[in-house]
Amino acid sequence: MKVFKYLQVAVESLVAHKMRAILTMLGIIIGVSAVLVTMGIGRGAAANITERIESQGTYLLTINPGASSSGGLSGDRGSAGTLTMGDAQALLDTSLHSGVGIVAPEYNANARLVYGNVNTQNQITGVTTNYPVVRNLKVSSGRFLTDEEIKQQRNVVVLGSSLASDLFEGKNPVGLTLRINAQPFQVVGVLEESGGFGRNNADSQAFVPIGIAQGRLFNAPRYRGEYTVSSISIQAAGADQIDAAQKQIEMTLRLRHNLDAAKSNDFDIFDQASLLEATADITQTLTIFLGSIGAISLLVGGIGIMNIMLVSVTERTREIGLRKALGAHDSDILLQFLIEALVLSFFGGLIGVGLAYGVRALFLQIPAFTFRVAIQPDSLVLALSFSLVAGLIFGIYPAMRATQLDPIEALRSE
Amino acid sequence: MENSTIVHIEDITKIYQMGDIQVHALRGVSLEVREGEYVAIMGTSGSGKSTLMNMLGLLDQPTSGSYKIRGKEASQLSKSKLADLRNSEIGFVFQQFNLLARTDARRQVELPLFYGGLSGRKRREMAMATLERVGLGERARHRPDELSGGQQQRVAIARALVNSPSLLLADEPTGALDSKTSAEVMDLFNELHRQGLTIIVVTHDPLVAEHAERIVTLSDGKITSDKTNGSRLAAPMMGIQQ
Repeated sequence: MKVFKYLQVAVESLVAHKMRAILTMLGIIIGVSAVLVTMGIGRGAAANITERIESQGTYLLTINPGASSSGGLSGDRGSAGTLTMGDAQALLDTSLHSGVGIVAPEYNANARLVYGNVNTQNQITGVTTNYPVVRNLKVSSGRFLTDEEIKQQRNVVVLGSSLASDLFEGKNPVGLTLRINAQPFQVVGVLEESGGFGRNNADSQAFVPIGIAQGRLFNAPRYRGEYTVSSISIQAAGADQIDAAQKQIEMTLRLRHNLDAAKSNDFDIFDQASLLEATADITQTLTIFLGSIGAISLLVGGIGIMNIMLVSVTERTREIGLRKALGAHDSDILLQFLIEALVLSFFGGLIGVGLAYGVRALFLQIPAFTFRVAIQPDSLVLALSFSLVAGLIFGIYPAMRATQLDPIEALRSE
Repeated sequence: MENSTIVHIEDITKIYQMGDIQVHALRGVSLEVREGEYVAIMGTSGSGKSTLMNMLGLLDQPTSGSYKIRGKEASQLSKSKLADLRNSEIGFVFQQFNLLARTDARRQVELPLFYGGLSGRKRREMAMATLERVGLGERARHRPDELSGGQQQRVAIARALVNSPSLLLADEPTGALDSKTSAEVMDLFNELHRQGLTIIVVTHDPLVAEHAERIVTLSDGKITSDKTNGSRLAAPMMGIQQ
């Protein structure tokens, strides 16, 4: 096969001009690794954010009280104060709510926690036993609150991991007693680190029986004789039940809150799946944006190839003339130079892939960099084929120039 | 037995258009070279001998007239067909050798076979055999920068011969060599001629032309003389051993 021979000729010519070949490839090397690393950062960030969102629970719906409205004026979000324990109870009726799996109401407020001479201000969350299931929380030592403790409203508490280490400074808090708003609570368990973020980060919260939070601790407002809740977390019965659950919940709550068709909801149902989708959209845009910056450097690398190939054609005018005199067809010359450009871009691409993995390994060594650079097969294929296409596009013009040389002129040149 | 005709040129003209001026490089040249002939084409710079050589070497097309090489009409052929004919019918030897840099002798000689589409093994065998024929069998793995000027020109001659062409076309083959190596190269030409190869040497150097059995002189685009070389050095080795 002639192509193999040309490959050999191309490799020989590149080896013969090592420095020139390396400098030419440099553009492609940097371009390919830039594409891979930038896309990898975008994707790594996306995976990281998704992971964090998912760590808060799967198929999660959160019902928050909406804004109150009186006389055409809307209050703050959550100001309606119409979401109650009764609502949570009602959602447990599976005949009406086939999409709802688990219901976990919560009531939270800030309080002062004291142990020894350490004191902190943290969010106290009153919960039921369902809460860790819905929120994907695991106990690292001790246990979670029991049904009995919740029913009997005992003064027991489970601590988030960072709160536990803040208060007890490395001691195992299980069995010890701390004070929340001056009331003594016995620690029965500590949670694993959850990795969540924002207001709902379980790591810095303390969990107590919901009745205690609503009663003794914070004296929660009541609505129609029932304690109000801060929010209700719902785990849908399955991934395909999220939409159904949302509709069923909305219907029940509107009914219970006496909202006629003219009135808008006095609650919000927050769907984690749609947050994931929105995040995916954002990170996708980020990835494309970063990738296109890399692609521009690949383009510049391709122009570098064209530049060097044009120089190479000029330098090798006599060689081209000689080859023609010895019987080379135009197609032979075209192929020779094109394959040379492709070999340059392909090896440049391979080295670029290696460099990208090197950068990835380097990032893994940097502790401040909390997510990994995700280099995936499709971006490898994309980057390598992009570099080959660059070699092809930018190799064709110099190769055409080479074929168009007049053999007589070419042989005469010095 | 009458030898067959290798080159048959009939009333060839070549006109170059240089801006508004027409340059008549060849004004009706006719030439016939038979198999086994050793012809020198002489002429001063501007006589048209380079144009004639390009024409003979199928590197250029005549404006009018007919050129048959071994009976095949070559004028008005496509570029691709011309490349095939150059590959199979003509062996070129250039003044500057025109060897590829950083390529060993065997690979230089393989080049025409490569463009002729031969397999790797066959190429190697034929290239080695031809290198031995010009006395460079032991230098097959040497690159041009490891060879003397005379050896380089012999590699170039081997490259010209490897395809068993109908015609060896040499353009000032000794122009870049000193007198001693020139003599070696001319010896080789004489030897190849004795073996029956058809050779055309284009030169301005009477000492080179002296070796040919026929000298064609070109002046101002026309053949002014075409005669048998009476004073030809009968024995190839004569006049060199001093």
